Amino acid sequence: MLPRQRPPGRPRPPSGRLAAYWALLGAQARSQAAYRTSFVVDLVGNVGATVLDVITVLVIFGVTRELGGFTFRETLLMVGLSACAFAIADLLVGNVERLPRYVRTGLFDAVLLRPLGALPQLLLMDLPLRKLSRAVFGLAVLVVAVGSAGIDWTPGRVALVLIAPLAGVVFFGSVFVATATVSFYWTESGELANSITYGGKDFTSYPVTVFDGWFRAAFAYGMGFAFVSYQPALALLGRADPLGLPAWAGWAAPAVALVAAALAATAWRVGVRHYRSTGS
Amino acid sequence: MSVIEARYLRKEFTVRVKAGRLRRVKRTVAAVDGVDLLVERGEMLGYIGPNGAGKSTTLKMLTGVLTPTSGEVRVCGLRPVPERTRLALRIGVVFGQRSQLWWDLPLRDSFDLLRHVYRVPADAHAARLRRCRDLLDLDGFLDTPVRQLSLGQRMRGELTAALLHGPEVLFLDEPTIGLDVVSKQAVRGFLGELGRVGDTTLVLTTHDLADIERLCRRLVVIDHGRVVHDGTIAALHDRYGSRRLVVADLDAALPEPPELPGAPLRGVEADGHRLVFALESTGAAEVVAALAGLATLRDISIVEPDIEEVVARLYGRGEGPLVDASGAAP
Repeated sequence: MLPRQRPPGRPRPPSGRLAAYWALLGAQARSQAAYRTSFVVDLVGNVGATVLDVITVLVIFGVTRELGGFTFRETLLMVGLSACAFAIADLLVGNVERLPRYVRTGLFDAVLLRPLGALPQLLLMDLPLRKLSRAVFGLAVLVVAVGSAGIDWTPGRVALVLIAPLAGVVFFGSVFVATATVSFYWTESGELANSITYGGKDFTSYPVTVFDGWFRAAFAYGMGFAFVSYQPALALLGRADPLGLPAWAGWAAPAVALVAAALAATAWRVGVRHYRSTGS
Repeated sequence: MSVIEARYLRKEFTVRVKAGRLRRVKRTVAAVDGVDLLVERGEMLGYIGPNGAGKSTTLKMLTGVLTPTSGEVRVCGLRPVPERTRLALRIGVVFGQRSQLWWDLPLRDSFDLLRHVYRVPADAHAARLRRCRDLLDLDGFLDTPVRQLSLGQRMRGELTAALLHGPEVLFLDEPTIGLDVVSKQAVRGFLGELGRVGDTTLVLTTHDLADIERLCRRLVVIDHGRVVHDGTIAALHDRYGSRRLVVADLDAALPEPPELPGAPLRGVEADGHRLVFALESTGAAEVVAALAGLATLRDISIVEPDIEEVVARLYGRGEGPLVDASGAAP
């Protein structure tokens, strides 16, 4: 009855797929425009969290001159790297936090029934454009921090200041995805995911030297959060690591991010295979 | 080659069962327990079973949503989970209780989005949409946001959405659930048309057996994860001895109930004014002719066997597979 148009099973050109993702993004923008006022309110409200991060550091330096052996300007560089990377990752990937709801309500079924990757769909279908404001503000904090840190510029450091935030975005994005996959096994997993993503983010706003013991070992090196802001900031500032890691550790950020991305991708793929769907 | 091939398809879930106050014991439950299914191109298959029998789980394994625990599956020659996105281009799925549409956008926008998602050429898309608009009467609500549609309108939208890319197989999970009579008719009429004209293969799960009777020649009944019947609806009636009935209203009661060859008397009602015969090995015409020779007939009616009753008897006895090879569709 309905005419069919093509020999089945022939792979499509990738451009078709990109156009499909682009169309999904457009639909998302239009859906959000349906709630214009709340969109503007969210846009403003979302800057709040990052403003608070900066204020916290200001307050701390109101009572002390050094934090874990670092000056205000040095610490602000870490805050900037962390805030910028997190805000952009949160804009692009943070949405995966909604996975538990998708799994619980069975909406994930609909995602799997479409001829597109499940993860990109999930991210695009609900892309929180209201978080755009926070990403822009995070970037602004980074620019100010870099400008005021008194960095002795070399070509390598110029490259690093561009690469480190990107590596941070990939790293935080991987953390978002990896923690969200837990909900494939355990539907009520939201709190656990939050404690790692937001806990990790707060961790990267301060010099690692502030923390101690197993907590530092686990978050900084076990999970790799030291490579988001602390190690790159040391390399940019040309400071030796008080904790003894060599100078090139700051340059390891992209490698750490790629490892994190590979682990997250694997966790996602295994998770989807374990998806149980719900009800009928 | 069959469009759908499933061999010893099995899906296990682990559930935690309370054992004592705090202890929980892991138990493995097979939701689908060794289902074999071959469906040919253009077939319309009814896939039914009581709640929790494994219908939806089977469908989800056939469409790439769930990974089978064991067994072989091919749909359109593809392995559903590893080749999920390629398969998705060639099948359409309607889950009565899930939506494929964009909640906040007008129906028209959802259709346009799906054109991009499925990479359908504009002219083919337009032709299919025009056809669905006519057959499903969509024009009145094409510009309404999906969240404001009635269930019947939304279901017509879902059907269209599932067909715009010209799928070879259409999977329908409870497409008439919760619909009013008129919408049900519309959906059934549309699916019937689809089955008659095209070579689209249709797999339908439902609790409404009227859907099956209207649409499907072949019926697969599943219970406790196993196939307990696979064949035509007639074969099912044969197996469980359900017969068409001839109900005869007489002007005056006969002194004693008549005996007709091949049509045993099933009941005497209204003080002998109404006789009910089961058509076992004879036709309705012979019964009526024989009765007319015995008494004055006021009214005659023929009652089709009640499929619900047969199926109800079938449910709950799923001790093992009882595939009826003789009744299987070609």
